[in-house]
Order: sequence, then C-alpha cells, then structure tokens
Amino acid sequence: MRFIEEFRQPALAQALTEKIKKCAGPPVNLMEVCGTHTVAIFRHGIRGLLPPQVRMLSGPGCPVCVTPNADIDKAIALASQPGMILATFGDMMRVPGSYSSLAEAKAKGADVRVVYSPLEALSIAQDNPKRSVVFFGVGFETTAPTTAASILEAERLNLSNYFFFSVHKVVPPAMKALLAGGEVNIDGFICPGHVSTIIGSHPYEFISRDYDIPCVITGFEPVDILQGIAMLLEMRNEGKAEVAIQYSRAVRPEGNPKALETMAKVFQTDDANWRGLGVIPGSGLRLAPALERFDAGKHFKIKTRPPKEIAACRCGEVLRAVCTPPECRMFGTGCTPEHPLGPCMVSTEGTCAAWFLYNPAGQAPRTPPAKAGG
Amino acid sequence: MCLAVPAKVVSITGQTALIELGGLTRQANIMLVPDLQVGDYVLLHAGFAIQTLNEAEAQETLGLLAEIAQIEEP
Repeated sequence: MRFIEEFRQPALAQALTEKIKKCAGPPVNLMEVCGTHTVAIFRHGIRGLLPPQVRMLSGPGCPVCVTPNADIDKAIALASQPGMILATFGDMMRVPGSYSSLAEAKAKGADVRVVYSPLEALSIAQDNPKRSVVFFGVGFETTAPTTAASILEAERLNLSNYFFFSVHKVVPPAMKALLAGGEVNIDGFICPGHVSTIIGSHPYEFISRDYDIPCVITGFEPVDILQGIAMLLEMRNEGKAEVAIQYSRAVRPEGNPKALETMAKVFQTDDANWRGLGVIPGSGLRLAPALERFDAGKHFKIKTRPPKEIAACRCGEVLRAVCTPPECRMFGTGCTPEHPLGPCMVSTEGTCAAWFLYNPAGQAPRTPPAKAGG
Repeated sequence: MCLAVPAKVVSITGQTALIELGGLTRQANIMLVPDLQVGDYVLLHAGFAIQTLNEAEAQETLGLLAEIAQIEEP
C-alpha cells in the first residue's frame, strides 16, 4: 500500500463513472470547495466523465485567491521596509496587489524569500539575528497548524526578530457565507480533504442540519473524487443530507486533536476579509494575546495607499461560483498565467488557471444554471 | 495550497522524522502527529506530518470499490 496508485486504478474509475451515470437524476450542482480539488478535477478530466446533469462548481478554496488586495499591499509594504526579510510561500509571489506584487517588490530590491515550510522562515530569522524576519502566513486549516508550530518554536527559542503577518483563514464560515448569500444553488459539497484531516467532520454538520445539503469529505485521487460524487448523488436520491467521509484513510471525525490544540494555543478567530465574499465573521486567524509580540502588524507601522481593484477582473464572482472563468471577458486574452490580472489566474490552484491549463480548447464552458425559482 | 502527499516514515529522532516519498528521503517535523511509528505513512504538508494514514481504512475503501466494479461490470 502506497496510498496513491491504488486510488488511480482505471477499472475502479470506470465502475464509478458507470455508477454516477446510473445515479444521476435531475440536474445538480456539486461544489468542490478546495482549490486542490479544483486542480485535481481538471487534471484528471473528471468533468468530462460526468453526465450533463452533474455540474461541478468551484468554490472559494484557494487561500491565495481569497486574499484581498489590501492584505497583499500590507505584505509588500512590510517587505519594503529597510533591513526587512519577508518570507512566504511561492504561490504568493506573483499575486498582483493594488499597485505591485511581491515579485515586483523583490525585483526593486526588497528581500522577499520563498519558503516551503514556516520552519525555513524560522531558520532565516536564526541565521540573520540583526534583521527582522516576517513570515507572511497564508492558508487554511491544513497550513495553520504548521505556522502555529513555528511560532511556538520561536517562543521556545526566545527569538526576538521573528514576526508573523497572518492572512490565515478557516473554511466552514466561508461555506456558510456562500450559502447565506444564496446566489448559487448548491446540491452537495465535496468538502476539502486535507483541511478535514485537521478539523474532522463535525464543523460541516451545520450544512446538513440547517441547509439540508449533503457533504462528502473527499480525497484527491481520481477514484476518490468519483466516489465522493457518487456518494453525494446517492444521498440526494435517498433524500439524505449527512456529512460522510470518503477519505477515511486520512480523515477521522475528530480531526487531528494535537494540531487543533496547537492552533488553539497560538491563534484566536477574528473577522476576516475575503476577496469576493467580503468580511466573514470568525473566519480569520490572528495571534492570541499572549503571543502578540510576534505580530508584525503590531510591531511595525504599515503604511499603504488605499487598495484598488481592476474593474474588469471577475475573480470575486469566480470565487463565489457566480460565473465561470470563460465568462470573464479578460480570460485568456488580457489575463493569462503569464500576465495575470487577478489571483485566480496566478495561483496554481486558482480556478481561472485550472480552466486555462486543462480545459480543452473549444469546449463550451458549462455555466451554472439559474437559481431555481428565481 | 492544501496539497499534502503520502510519505513513509523511515526513522524518528525526537520531533523529526526521516521520510521517504517517491524515492526521495527528507526530514519532516512530526510534532503534530504523536505516537508515530517507523513504517507508518503520513501526509506531508509544508515540512510537517499533519496526519497518519490508516491502511485498514484504505483497504476497506478499496474493497468496497472492488465490489462496485464487479456490480458495474458491463
């Protein structure tokens, strides 16, 4: 058992595709919330295997994409301070803010470094004791425990030059905001597999209870995704709305208690601004009061100009699944992965980038149907 | 961003494990997954093991899928 090839077997994918065809009834919209799922679905050609009644919508689950310009502007302002080193994940580098990107700031002389792990940012701080190092932390519950661990380590080492600028967010409040917005009919959720390794299945229960929508926590291999879709269709056919776990080899109902405990030590929830969704109560993670000395926002004066958006960019609507990327008039013309206007085209997990890279040329975009009854 | 890959634990020293993935070995921090044993598979994300993989659960899923494949066989 290597946990990869076994879940890519063509015979199993074929059988699940047949099952999905048998289960498919009236048209349904199924949303994959997570950007990693979006890419996997496109890369493996899953959309092309589904009957026309089963439509996949991509949700707001790319952490880079939902970071608003104002926060990117602040990171650039931090990076541009004299003597500063700003460390962040590679995906963040090319995302355009209001006036520039971190990559452009680096080209102009700012010391911006790409790290694979928050622990590398910590090492940079240890290696440069006379300079301030800010880790620009982005990501959902999958990533937040790793950042939290780095801050606890900084505390243990008594580092005085390691700081943290958090745009970490949590997923369930965004799903709630999406449902409360009521712009798109969602008949089932493919819930994020790796976020759920941390948080477990309980935080999604309000969706089945309050909105009568089935949820399946799903893995990322093609057989996983097809099985997740089949499980959602089965639940709909049986009139059930439960939170089920397809990705049972990695997700326990209680999540990862140690990771949750680590997060709880370091963070507290706060309201956070999401691109496309606005301010969502309790959806952000900021440092707990006892650890405020690591808070870059408190330690440094961050001066930014008022944020601005590119009017033609429809990333906000793409993130709410109100429009598909090809419906944006900039898609593939004024906005490409080489010259992105918005974050959904920059991030490897952005919906626009996935459509651009994997959607076969000439295939008509599948647009979400109008909301029933209105 | 939420990409995590299965990797096999080769050895453990304190809070660090040597892990093997796709023929490569590298270090991972294991503070988020207590009670890890050599030979276990973990999900690796941003330099950390974030969860252990349960082989019995994986076998059960695959068994169920094999049954579906038999039923759906044309």
